[in-house]
Amino acid sequence: MMKMPAMLLLCVFLLGGCSLQPWVKPYERAHLADPIMSFSRDPVSDSYLNHVYQAREMARGAEGGQGGGCGCN
Amino acid sequence: MVCLPLTAAVLPEDRADFLFHHYEGGGVTINGPSIQARKQLGQSVSVSGNYYVDSISSASIDVVTTASPYQEEREEMSLGVDVLHDNVTISSAVSVSEENDFEAKTLHFTISQDMLGDLTTVSLGYSRGWDTVGQTMSDPLDPGGERRIRDPDFNESANRQTYRFGLTQVLTKKLVASLAFDTVTDEGYLNNPYRSVRFLDATNPDGFDWQGELYPRTRTSRAASVRFSYYLPNRAALQGEYRLFNDSWNIEGRNIGLKYVWPLQGGWLVDFGVRRYQQSSASFFVDLMPYASAQSYYGRDKELSAFSNTTLGVGVSYDLKETFWKRIHRGTLNFKYDRISFDYDEFRDLSGDSLPAPGSEPLYSFSANVFQAYLSIWY
Repeated sequence: MMKMPAMLLLCVFLLGGCSLQPWVKPYERAHLADPIMSFSRDPVSDSYLNHVYQAREMARGAEGGQGGGCGCN
Repeated sequence: MVCLPLTAAVLPEDRADFLFHHYEGGGVTINGPSIQARKQLGQSVSVSGNYYVDSISSASIDVVTTASPYQEEREEMSLGVDVLHDNVTISSAVSVSEENDFEAKTLHFTISQDMLGDLTTVSLGYSRGWDTVGQTMSDPLDPGGERRIRDPDFNESANRQTYRFGLTQVLTKKLVASLAFDTVTDEGYLNNPYRSVRFLDATNPDGFDWQGELYPRTRTSRAASVRFSYYLPNRAALQGEYRLFNDSWNIEGRNIGLKYVWPLQGGWLVDFGVRRYQQSSASFFVDLMPYASAQSYYGRDKELSAFSNTTLGVGVSYDLKETFWKRIHRGTLNFKYDRISFDYDEFRDLSGDSLPAPGSEPLYSFSANVFQAYLSIWY
Protein backbone atom coordinates (compact mmCIF):
# COMPACT_ATOMS: atom_id res chain seq x y z
CA MET A 1 0.00 0.00 0.00
CA MET A 2 2.87 2.36 0.73
CA LYS A 3 4.86 1.32 -2.34
CA MET A 4 3.18 3.75 -4.71
CA PRO A 5 3.88 6.89 -2.61
CA ALA A 6 7.45 5.69 -2.14
CA MET A 7 7.87 5.36 -5.91
CA LEU A 8 6.45 8.84 -6.42
CA LEU A 9 8.87 10.25 -3.87
CA LEU A 10 11.76 8.49 -5.58
CA CYS A 11 10.71 10.04 -8.89
CA VAL A 12 10.66 13.48 -7.27
CA PHE A 13 14.20 13.01 -5.94
CA LEU A 14 15.52 11.71 -9.24
CA LEU A 15 13.94 14.62 -11.04
CA GLY A 16 15.63 16.90 -8.52
CA GLY A 17 18.97 15.97 -10.07
CA CYS A 18 17.79 17.00 -13.52
CA SER A 19 17.33 20.51 -14.82
CA LEU A 20 13.67 20.74 -13.76
CA GLN A 21 12.65 24.37 -13.41
CA PRO A 22 10.59 25.57 -10.43
CA TRP A 23 7.00 25.87 -11.66
CA VAL A 24 6.06 28.39 -8.96
CA LYS A 25 8.39 31.38 -9.20
CA PRO A 26 9.58 33.16 -6.04
CA TYR A 27 7.44 36.22 -6.86
CA GLU A 28 4.37 33.96 -7.10
CA ARG A 29 4.63 32.64 -3.54
CA ALA A 30 2.96 35.46 -1.60
CA HIS A 31 -0.10 33.35 -0.76
CA LEU A 32 2.07 30.42 0.31
CA ALA A 33 4.05 32.68 2.63
CA ASP A 34 0.92 33.95 4.42
CA PRO A 35 1.10 32.72 8.06
CA ILE A 36 -2.43 31.27 7.78
CA MET A 37 -1.02 28.66 5.34
CA SER A 38 1.46 27.27 7.87
CA PHE A 39 0.95 23.66 8.97
CA SER A 40 2.01 24.71 12.46
CA ARG A 41 1.24 28.38 13.04
CA ASP A 42 1.74 28.05 16.81
CA PRO A 43 4.11 25.14 17.57
CA VAL A 44 3.57 25.37 21.35
CA SER A 45 -0.17 24.81 20.90
CA ASP A 46 0.19 22.02 18.33
CA SER A 47 2.74 20.26 20.51
CA TYR A 48 0.30 20.34 23.44
CA LEU A 49 -2.65 19.00 21.45
CA ASN A 50 -0.43 16.24 20.00
CA HIS A 51 0.45 15.30 23.58
CA VAL A 52 -3.27 15.16 24.50
CA TYR A 53 -3.89 12.71 21.65
CA GLN A 54 -0.71 10.67 22.22
CA ALA A 55 -1.72 9.96 25.83
CA ARG A 56 -5.19 8.70 24.82
CA GLU A 57 -4.67 7.02 21.44
CA MET A 58 -2.34 4.17 20.52
CA ALA A 59 -1.49 5.66 17.12
CA ARG A 60 1.77 7.59 17.20
CA GLY A 61 4.13 9.20 14.73
CA ALA A 62 3.75 11.22 11.51
CA GLU A 63 2.03 14.02 13.47
CA GLY A 64 4.07 16.72 11.80
CA GLY A 65 5.58 17.82 15.11
CA GLN A 66 7.50 16.48 18.06
CA GLY A 67 5.76 15.20 21.16
CA GLY A 68 7.40 14.14 24.36
CA GLY A 69 7.04 12.37 27.64
CA CYS A 70 4.19 10.18 28.72
CA GLY A 71 2.12 11.71 31.51
CA CYS A 72 -0.49 9.03 30.90
CA ASN A 73 -0.29 6.87 34.05
CA MET B 1 7.68 22.74 12.19
CA VAL B 2 7.30 23.43 8.49
CA CYS B 3 8.61 26.68 7.05
CA LEU B 4 7.09 27.60 3.73
CA PRO B 5 9.85 27.97 1.17
CA LEU B 6 9.22 31.53 0.01
CA THR B 7 12.92 31.87 -0.65
CA ALA B 8 15.88 29.79 0.44
CA ALA B 9 15.88 27.84 3.70
CA VAL B 10 15.52 30.06 6.75
CA LEU B 11 15.76 29.55 10.48
CA PRO B 12 12.55 29.65 12.55
CA GLU B 13 11.46 33.10 13.75
CA ASP B 14 12.55 34.47 17.12
CA ARG B 15 9.47 34.17 19.32
CA ALA B 16 8.28 33.24 22.78
CA ASP B 17 5.00 31.61 23.85
CA PHE B 18 3.41 31.54 27.30
CA LEU B 19 0.64 28.95 27.33
CA PHE B 20 -1.72 27.69 30.03
CA HIS B 21 -3.49 24.42 29.30
CA HIS B 22 -6.44 22.77 31.01
CA TYR B 23 -7.90 19.31 30.30
CA GLU B 24 -10.88 17.80 32.06
CA GLY B 25 -12.77 14.67 31.19
CA GLY B 26 -13.39 11.11 32.37
CA GLY B 27 -12.65 12.06 35.99
CA VAL B 28 -9.22 13.46 35.10
CA THR B 29 -8.12 17.08 35.39
CA ILE B 30 -4.72 18.12 34.02
CA ASN B 31 -3.43 21.65 33.77
CA GLY B 32 -0.24 23.67 33.83
CA PRO B 33 2.00 26.02 31.86
CA SER B 34 4.07 25.55 28.74
CA ILE B 35 6.70 28.21 28.09
CA GLN B 36 8.68 28.15 24.89
CA ALA B 37 11.27 30.56 23.53
CA ARG B 38 13.50 30.69 20.49
CA LYS B 39 16.38 33.05 19.65
CA GLN B 40 18.71 33.33 16.69
CA LEU B 41 22.44 33.60 17.41
CA GLY B 42 24.35 35.12 14.52
CA GLN B 43 23.33 34.30 10.98
CA SER B 44 23.12 30.53 11.07
CA VAL B 45 22.22 29.28 14.55
CA SER B 46 18.91 29.31 16.42
CA VAL B 47 18.42 27.94 19.94
CA SER B 48 15.14 27.05 21.63
CA GLY B 49 13.88 25.89 24.99
CA ASN B 50 10.61 24.65 26.44
CA TYR B 51 9.37 24.15 30.00
CA TYR B 52 6.15 22.19 30.37
CA VAL B 53 4.12 21.02 33.39
CA ASP B 54 1.19 18.62 33.75
CA SER B 55 -0.50 18.85 37.18
CA ILE B 56 -2.68 15.77 37.28
CA SER B 57 -5.65 14.99 39.50
CA SER B 58 -7.04 11.63 38.52
CA ALA B 59 -10.14 9.68 39.41
CA SER B 60 -10.36 8.06 35.98
CA ILE B 61 -12.42 4.97 35.19
CA ASP B 62 -9.31 2.78 35.68
CA VAL B 63 -8.56 4.42 38.99
CA VAL B 64 -12.05 4.31 40.52
CA THR B 65 -12.45 0.67 39.47
CA THR B 66 -9.24 -0.78 40.90
CA ALA B 67 -7.35 1.87 42.88
CA SER B 68 -7.58 5.22 44.69
CA PRO B 69 -7.69 8.70 43.17
CA TYR B 70 -4.26 10.36 43.05
CA GLN B 71 -2.51 13.63 42.31
CA GLU B 72 0.89 14.01 40.70
CA GLU B 73 2.97 16.36 38.60
CA ARG B 74 5.01 15.85 35.47
CA GLU B 75 7.72 18.30 34.42
CA GLU B 76 9.36 18.35 31.03
CA MET B 77 12.26 20.46 29.83
CA SER B 78 13.76 20.52 26.38
CA LEU B 79 16.58 22.39 24.66
CA GLY B 80 17.23 22.49 20.94
CA VAL B 81 19.62 24.00 18.42
CA ASP B 82 19.14 24.51 14.67
CA VAL B 83 22.07 25.19 12.37
CA LEU B 84 21.52 26.50 8.84
CA HIS B 85 24.08 26.02 6.08
CA ASP B 86 22.99 26.98 2.56
CA ASN B 87 19.78 25.02 2.01
CA VAL B 88 20.43 22.48 4.75
CA THR B 89 19.15 22.77 8.33
CA ILE B 90 20.51 20.46 11.01
CA SER B 91 18.45 20.30 14.18
CA SER B 92 19.11 18.51 17.44
CA ALA B 93 17.25 18.57 20.73
CA VAL B 94 17.25 16.92 24.11
CA SER B 95 14.24 16.56 26.39
CA VAL B 96 13.87 15.30 29.94
CA SER B 97 10.53 14.42 31.53
CA GLU B 98 10.08 13.56 35.21
CA GLU B 99 7.21 12.28 37.37
CA ASN B 100 7.36 10.72 40.80
CA ASP B 101 7.35 7.26 39.21
CA PHE B 102 8.57 7.82 35.64
CA GLU B 103 11.53 9.47 33.90
CA ALA B 104 12.10 9.84 30.18
CA LYS B 105 15.16 11.17 28.37
CA THR B 106 15.04 11.68 24.61
CA LEU B 107 17.53 12.86 21.98
CA HIS B 108 16.28 14.10 18.61
CA PHE B 109 18.26 14.66 15.43
CA THR B 110 16.85 15.97 12.13
CA ILE B 111 18.41 17.08 8.85
CA SER B 112 16.34 18.85 6.21
CA GLN B 113 17.16 20.27 2.81
CA ASP B 114 15.34 22.61 0.44
CA MET B 115 15.62 21.68 -3.22
CA LEU B 116 13.94 22.09 -6.61
CA GLY B 117 14.06 25.87 -6.46
CA ASP B 118 12.93 25.73 -2.82
CA LEU B 119 9.64 24.09 -3.79
CA THR B 120 10.58 20.87 -2.02
CA THR B 121 11.80 20.27 1.52
CA VAL B 122 13.00 16.80 2.47
CA SER B 123 13.79 15.85 6.06
CA LEU B 124 15.18 12.79 7.81
CA GLY B 125 15.02 12.35 11.56
CA TYR B 126 16.10 9.97 14.28
CA SER B 127 15.18 9.99 17.98
CA ARG B 128 16.28 7.77 20.81
CA GLY B 129 14.55 7.61 24.17
CA TRP B 130 15.33 6.02 27.49
CA ASP B 131 12.47 5.54 29.97
CA THR B 132 12.74 4.54 33.61
CA VAL B 133 9.50 3.15 35.02
CA GLY B 134 8.91 3.09 38.76
CA GLN B 135 5.99 2.45 41.05
CA THR B 136 4.78 4.24 44.16
CA MET B 137 3.64 2.58 47.37
CA SER B 138 2.18 3.64 50.71
CA ASP B 139 4.84 5.03 53.02
CA PRO B 140 5.49 2.39 55.73
CA LEU B 141 6.39 5.27 58.12
CA ASP B 142 2.91 6.74 57.56
CA PRO B 143 0.58 3.73 57.88
CA GLY B 144 -2.96 4.57 56.82
CA GLY B 145 -1.83 7.96 55.50
CA GLU B 146 -2.01 9.25 51.94
CA ARG B 147 1.72 9.80 51.55
CA ARG B 148 3.28 7.61 48.89
CA ILE B 149 6.92 6.84 48.21
CA ARG B 150 8.76 5.15 45.37
CA ASP B 151 8.89 1.36 45.69
CA PRO B 152 12.64 0.56 45.97
CA ASP B 153 12.04 -2.99 44.71
CA PHE B 154 10.39 -1.92 41.45
CA ASN B 155 12.65 -0.44 38.77
CA GLU B 156 12.04 -1.15 35.10
CA SER B 157 13.22 0.45 31.86
CA ALA B 158 12.26 0.80 28.22
CA ASN B 159 14.12 2.12 25.17
CA ARG B 160 12.60 3.72 22.13
CA GLN B 161 13.89 4.56 18.64
CA THR B 162 12.06 6.67 16.06
CA TYR B 163 12.94 7.03 12.38
CA ARG B 164 11.24 9.87 10.48
CA PHE B 165 10.98 10.89 6.86
CA GLY B 166 9.16 14.01 5.72
CA LEU B 167 8.57 15.80 2.45
CA THR B 168 6.90 19.17 1.95
CA GLN B 169 6.03 20.12 -1.60
CA VAL B 170 4.71 23.34 -3.11
CA LEU B 171 2.25 22.14 -5.73
CA THR B 172 0.71 25.38 -7.02
CA LYS B 173 0.70 29.09 -6.08
CA LYS B 174 -2.04 28.30 -3.55
CA LEU B 175 -1.44 24.69 -2.53
CA VAL B 176 1.25 23.06 -0.42
CA ALA B 177 1.25 19.42 0.71
CA SER B 178 3.38 17.30 2.99
CA LEU B 179 4.00 13.60 3.51
CA ALA B 180 5.39 11.99 6.66
CA PHE B 181 6.45 8.43 7.43
CA ASP B 182 7.51 7.38 10.95
CA THR B 183 8.63 4.05 12.39
CA VAL B 184 8.89 3.65 16.16
CA THR B 185 10.35 0.66 18.02
CA ASP B 186 10.01 0.05 21.77
CA GLU B 187 11.80 -2.51 23.84
CA GLY B 188 11.49 -3.11 27.57
CA TYR B 189 8.79 -2.72 30.19
CA LEU B 190 5.78 -1.33 28.31
CA ASN B 191 3.08 -2.06 30.94
CA ASN B 192 1.43 0.43 33.19
CA PRO B 193 2.36 -1.04 36.60
CA TYR B 194 -0.87 0.11 38.26
CA ARG B 195 -3.43 -1.33 35.90
CA SER B 196 -5.19 -4.66 36.16
CA VAL B 197 -7.22 -7.03 34.03
CA ARG B 198 -10.25 -8.93 35.34
CA PHE B 199 -11.18 -12.61 35.06
CA LEU B 200 -14.27 -14.61 35.97
CA ASP B 201 -14.21 -15.93 39.53
CA ALA B 202 -17.39 -17.54 40.92
CA THR B 203 -15.99 -17.42 44.45
CA ASN B 204 -15.90 -13.60 44.38
CA PRO B 205 -19.17 -11.74 45.28
CA ASP B 206 -18.68 -9.55 42.17
CA GLY B 207 -18.35 -12.62 39.96
CA PHE B 208 -14.82 -11.60 38.89
CA ASP B 209 -11.40 -10.81 40.32
CA TRP B 210 -8.33 -8.84 39.19
CA GLN B 211 -4.71 -9.56 38.29
CA GLY B 212 -1.88 -7.33 37.03
CA GLU B 213 -1.54 -6.77 33.29
CA LEU B 214 1.17 -8.43 31.20
CA TYR B 215 2.24 -6.75 27.93
CA PRO B 216 4.72 -7.93 25.30
CA ARG B 217 8.17 -6.38 25.83
CA THR B 218 8.53 -5.17 22.25
CA ARG B 219 6.42 -3.03 19.95
CA THR B 220 7.03 -1.67 16.45
CA SER B 221 4.71 0.82 14.81
CA ARG B 222 4.47 2.54 11.45
CA ALA B 223 2.57 5.69 10.57
CA ALA B 224 2.09 7.57 7.30
CA SER B 225 0.31 10.87 6.88
CA VAL B 226 -0.53 13.34 4.16
CA ARG B 227 -1.44 16.99 4.80
CA PHE B 228 -2.38 19.89 2.60
CA SER B 229 -2.95 23.61 3.03
CA TYR B 230 -4.93 25.51 0.38
CA TYR B 231 -5.28 29.28 0.08
CA LEU B 232 -8.88 30.33 -0.53
CA PRO B 233 -9.85 33.45 -2.53
CA ASN B 234 -11.21 35.31 0.53
CA ARG B 235 -7.80 35.17 2.30
CA ALA B 236 -8.62 32.09 4.31
CA ALA B 237 -6.96 28.67 4.39
CA LEU B 238 -8.39 25.17 4.26
CA GLN B 239 -6.16 22.50 5.77
CA GLY B 240 -6.59 18.74 5.79
CA GLU B 241 -4.87 15.70 7.26
CA TYR B 242 -5.15 11.94 6.83
CA ARG B 243 -3.03 9.42 8.73
CA LEU B 244 -2.76 5.63 8.69
CA PHE B 245 -1.19 3.64 11.50
CA ASN B 246 -0.46 0.02 12.41
CA ASP B 247 1.74 -1.78 14.92
CA SER B 248 3.01 -5.21 15.91
CA TRP B 249 0.24 -5.47 18.55
CA ASN B 250 -2.25 -5.65 15.65
CA ILE B 251 -3.64 -2.18 16.30
CA GLU B 252 -4.71 -0.37 13.17
CA GLY B 253 -5.69 3.27 13.40
CA ARG B 254 -6.57 6.16 11.15
CA ASN B 255 -7.56 9.77 11.58
CA ILE B 256 -8.85 12.44 9.28
CA GLY B 257 -9.13 16.14 9.99
CA LEU B 258 -10.13 19.42 8.40
CA LYS B 259 -9.43 22.95 9.58
CA TYR B 260 -10.63 26.33 8.32
CA VAL B 261 -8.45 29.35 9.16
CA TRP B 262 -10.19 32.68 8.67
CA PRO B 263 -8.61 36.12 9.31
CA LEU B 264 -11.16 38.84 10.11
CA GLN B 265 -11.03 42.65 10.18
CA GLY B 266 -9.24 44.44 13.02
CA GLY B 267 -6.56 41.84 13.70
CA TRP B 268 -8.86 38.99 14.65
CA LEU B 269 -8.43 35.44 13.36
CA VAL B 270 -10.68 32.44 13.98
CA ASP B 271 -10.25 28.80 13.10
CA PHE B 272 -12.62 25.87 13.17
CA GLY B 273 -11.52 22.24 13.14
CA VAL B 274 -12.99 18.76 13.11
CA ARG B 275 -11.06 15.51 13.58
CA ARG B 276 -12.14 11.89 13.61
CA TYR B 277 -9.97 9.03 14.96
CA GLN B 278 -10.62 5.31 15.16
CA GLN B 279 -8.56 2.25 16.02
CA SER B 280 -8.93 -1.51 16.32
CA SER B 281 -7.99 -3.33 19.54
CA ALA B 282 -4.63 -4.83 20.47
CA SER B 283 -4.40 -8.58 19.99
CA PHE B 284 -4.07 -9.07 23.76
CA PHE B 285 -6.77 -6.63 24.89
CA VAL B 286 -9.39 -8.38 26.98
CA ASP B 287 -12.16 -6.89 29.08
CA LEU B 288 -12.93 -10.13 30.95
CA MET B 289 -10.88 -13.34 30.84
CA PRO B 290 -12.59 -16.71 31.47
CA TYR B 291 -9.98 -17.48 34.13
CA ALA B 292 -6.73 -16.02 35.48
CA SER B 293 -3.82 -15.78 33.02
CA ALA B 294 -6.01 -17.20 30.25
CA GLN B 295 -3.75 -15.69 27.53
CA SER B 296 -0.02 -15.30 26.98
CA TYR B 297 -0.40 -11.51 27.28
CA TYR B 298 -3.34 -9.57 28.71
CA GLY B 299 -4.20 -5.91 29.11
CA ARG B 300 -7.39 -3.99 29.88
CA ASP B 301 -6.23 -0.41 29.26
CA LYS B 302 -9.05 1.36 27.51
CA GLU B 303 -6.46 2.75 25.07
CA LEU B 304 -5.86 -0.84 23.89
CA SER B 305 -9.57 -1.35 23.15
CA ALA B 306 -11.21 -0.65 19.81
CA PHE B 307 -12.61 2.87 20.04
CA SER B 308 -13.23 6.08 18.17
CA ASN B 309 -13.26 9.74 19.06
CA THR B 310 -14.42 12.96 17.46
CA THR B 311 -12.92 16.40 18.12
CA LEU B 312 -14.64 19.70 17.43
CA GLY B 313 -12.40 22.71 17.94
CA VAL B 314 -12.51 26.47 17.73
CA GLY B 315 -9.73 29.02 18.14
CA VAL B 316 -9.64 32.82 18.38
CA SER B 317 -6.53 34.94 17.98
CA TYR B 318 -6.06 38.70 18.32
CA ASP B 319 -3.06 40.45 16.77
CA LEU B 320 -1.46 43.03 19.07
CA LYS B 321 -0.12 45.50 16.55
CA GLU B 322 0.83 48.08 19.16
CA THR B 323 3.04 46.15 21.52
CA PHE B 324 4.06 47.37 24.95
CA TRP B 325 7.80 47.17 24.36
CA LYS B 326 9.76 48.49 21.38
CA ARG B 327 11.84 45.35 20.98
CA ILE B 328 8.69 43.29 20.53
CA HIS B 329 7.43 43.90 17.03
CA ARG B 330 4.39 41.66 17.16
CA GLY B 331 2.22 39.83 19.64
CA THR B 332 -0.91 37.67 19.62
CA LEU B 333 -3.39 36.68 22.29
CA ASN B 334 -4.94 33.28 21.66
CA PHE B 335 -7.68 31.09 23.05
CA LYS B 336 -8.54 27.58 21.88
CA TYR B 337 -11.22 25.13 22.90
CA ASP B 338 -11.54 21.51 21.78
CA ARG B 339 -14.22 19.02 22.80
CA ILE B 340 -13.27 15.36 22.33
CA SER B 341 -15.92 12.62 22.58
CA PHE B 342 -14.67 9.05 23.12
CA ASP B 343 -16.75 5.91 22.49
CA TYR B 344 -15.25 2.53 23.41
CA ASP B 345 -16.35 -0.62 21.56
CA GLU B 346 -15.02 -3.28 23.98
CA PHE B 347 -14.06 -1.58 27.25
CA ARG B 348 -16.91 -1.82 29.76
CA ASP B 349 -17.91 0.66 32.46
CA LEU B 350 -17.73 -0.92 35.94
CA SER B 351 -18.30 2.31 37.87
CA GLY B 352 -22.04 1.86 38.52
CA ASP B 353 -23.54 0.77 41.86
CA SER B 354 -25.65 -2.16 40.69
CA LEU B 355 -23.97 -3.86 37.78
CA PRO B 356 -25.43 -6.62 35.60
CA ALA B 357 -23.68 -9.97 35.12
CA PRO B 358 -19.93 -9.72 34.37
CA GLY B 359 -19.35 -9.10 30.68
CA SER B 360 -22.71 -7.41 30.07
CA GLU B 361 -21.97 -4.03 31.70
CA PRO B 362 -22.52 -0.94 29.51
CA LEU B 363 -19.69 0.11 27.21
CA TYR B 364 -17.68 3.11 28.42
CA SER B 365 -17.80 6.58 26.87
CA PHE B 366 -16.85 10.06 28.00
CA SER B 367 -16.19 13.59 26.71
CA ALA B 368 -13.23 15.84 27.44
CA ASN B 369 -12.92 19.63 27.35
CA VAL B 370 -9.51 20.97 26.36
CA PHE B 371 -8.69 24.67 26.87
CA GLN B 372 -5.59 26.60 25.81
CA ALA B 373 -4.86 30.27 26.47
CA TYR B 374 -1.55 31.74 25.36
CA LEU B 375 0.40 34.88 24.55
CA SER B 376 2.89 34.80 21.68
CA ILE B 377 5.47 37.49 21.04
CA TRP B 378 7.95 37.97 18.22
CA TYR B 379 11.14 39.94 18.83
